[in-house]
Amino acid sequence: LVTESVVEASVPESIIEVSVTEPVAEAPAVTQTAVSEPAPAAEPVESTAAHSDVPEHAPYLLIGGGTASFAAARSIRARDPGARVLIVTEESELPYMRPPLSKELWFSDDPKATETLSFKQWNGKERSIYFQPPSFYVSPTDLAKVENGGVAVLTGRKVVHMDVRENKVKLSDGAEISYEKCLIATGGVPRNLQVIDRAGEEVMKRTTLFRKIEDFRSLEKISREVKSITIIGGGFLGSELACALGRRSTDLGLEVIQMFPEKGNMGKVLPEYLSNWTTEKVRKEGVNIIMDAVVKNVSYKNDKLEIKLKDGRLIETDHVVAAVGLEPSVELAKSAGLEVDSDFGGYRVNAELQARSNIWVAGDAACFYDIKLGRRRVEHHDHAVVSGRLAGENMTGASKPYWHQSMFWSDLGPDVGYEAIGIVDSSLPTVGVFAKATAKDTPKAATEQSGTGIRSESETEAVAVTLKAETTAPPPPVQQKEDYGKGVVFYLRDNVVVGIVLWNVFNRMPIARKIIKDGEQHADLNEVAKLFNIHED
Amino acid sequence: MSYCKQEGKDRIIFVTKEDHEAPSNAELIEDDPNDPYEDHGLILPNGDINWNCPCLGGMASGPCGQQFKDAFSCFHYSKEEVKGSDCVENFRSMQECMQKYPELYPQEDDNDSAPSGGADNAPTASTSTDSLPTSSPDSTPAATENPAAS
Repeated sequence: LVTESVVEASVPESIIEVSVTEPVAEAPAVTQTAVSEPAPAAEPVESTAAHSDVPEHAPYLLIGGGTASFAAARSIRARDPGARVLIVTEESELPYMRPPLSKELWFSDDPKATETLSFKQWNGKERSIYFQPPSFYVSPTDLAKVENGGVAVLTGRKVVHMDVRENKVKLSDGAEISYEKCLIATGGVPRNLQVIDRAGEEVMKRTTLFRKIEDFRSLEKISREVKSITIIGGGFLGSELACALGRRSTDLGLEVIQMFPEKGNMGKVLPEYLSNWTTEKVRKEGVNIIMDAVVKNVSYKNDKLEIKLKDGRLIETDHVVAAVGLEPSVELAKSAGLEVDSDFGGYRVNAELQARSNIWVAGDAACFYDIKLGRRRVEHHDHAVVSGRLAGENMTGASKPYWHQSMFWSDLGPDVGYEAIGIVDSSLPTVGVFAKATAKDTPKAATEQSGTGIRSESETEAVAVTLKAETTAPPPPVQQKEDYGKGVVFYLRDNVVVGIVLWNVFNRMPIARKIIKDGEQHADLNEVAKLFNIHED
Repeated sequence: MSYCKQEGKDRIIFVTKEDHEAPSNAELIEDDPNDPYEDHGLILPNGDINWNCPCLGGMASGPCGQQFKDAFSCFHYSKEEVKGSDCVENFRSMQECMQKYPELYPQEDDNDSAPSGGADNAPTASTSTDSLPTSSPDSTPAATENPAAS
């Protein structure tokens, strides 16, 4: 409840923030018909229904209806009393969060989860992936009139042209909206492999580019219908989907294959030894992993897809999921005269996320200057929240640079949980400090090696039982001598820690953030590692 | 005792609990509490309320945001002996507004819906369903969301 945290003014932010994550007991059942705007359920509004619902002017115009946009809307409303905020999104959905689409929604034992898009959080409470139910929003037609302002969402409409001189945009249906302050939070679209793009209709029909709610629903359905799914890509999304599908593979009689050019899962993020360790875990989730795999050709033969690798290996499958990166959406750059970054992609903005006067960019599409870490573009959920919020602050008169470092995390089944912050690039030199199993831990060695023992220690009995029931048959003893059960990994650039991975240790993000903020050269990183108390839960 | 190995450019150190017992000698820079760039908690250094605090969830930004701000501001600055007792009207307005949006502000049965200026607690309805949970995962073991969620 807000009650306690609001009164205790001296309580530090991190503690207060915990209480926020507890939503109310029941997740609202969000159905398309409950949406107050005229946009129909699944299809974009046709131009005949057109301009009647489009406001002519929006003091705050947010282009894109994802996480960064919603965070900005909230920030603007908090700071500018009575603010009128218009979100324009191509999608037919109200703003929602992405991470559960490749995580929690797959693990829900609620058969309706796919429909309701609600999931149980770690604390047992239900929540919806939608940030807010329809009743939170004001209809676009009411936005100008409603007494205390509000947030309106215009769905199924794309902004196709931006006139910076006149401060107005044009939509796909021809309508025009003028603005005073504008945020571009257009995110991106999944990249595809060239070989699949060129492979023709039959192959494309059997390929999923995963990003949105409709992709989740479609893949979930497909997973129940086909015999074999192949995921191409070994990064966050590919690995998470592989694990999600792998977990269902036994029940569904589904073969799950994951292939990528690197030597192990998360090969571009984790140092080799951890990448190898992670790969073993993904395998245990029931995934058949093919590394050093470069796809040369995909064709449709005898009702199957045939993937041919550069080294000659042939893989037969029914459906492909391409998880090979995101292409930031910068289509407005031309008409708006905005700079696009050639190194990282995305709109180039300054440290305060500003592209030009009255135009800010946040989220996946923003290539920004990070005072501490240099120019970068970040594609994680928390960054969308942090940058969206910051953009909202600056749109309402603040002049703050990107400063609070965002974090990210990944779940790859019950054994691998890590949080990370900063520049986590495996090409950088790293120093990893891990808790060594001591003699008294030995009896648990077998479970430690699979990681279930570690997880069970910190959870309640009930949860531990659930976890054990869900793991597959006891894994064979791991060959490697070392066990990377828990620890912390520092990523260095010119001897300064620029990135940190917290490996199976939780609730330590503030100290990690502090170390990156300080940007100091530490002579002995083991001493820095001590600050994390990795031996404790 | 700890031991250490090098795999190419990556160094790996294994440490026992005893190895890490002695306090760290790593130096951290002292934080400036008035750093203008830092995010603040609920109360800003100048004593004002930070309406953008993630801790407030969607309370200040939703349809009843204005009423919430008025009520809570009144309470915050109230100099009455019974703090907030001069804010009854504000809290009533807020409750009235929130009742119109039960989906956003579910009313709990045992909630003190009448503004009690007397207590230390500023009575409110439950927090809105909104949250950006991973904007504040620092204290939440985010990685445990997955397995425990199933």
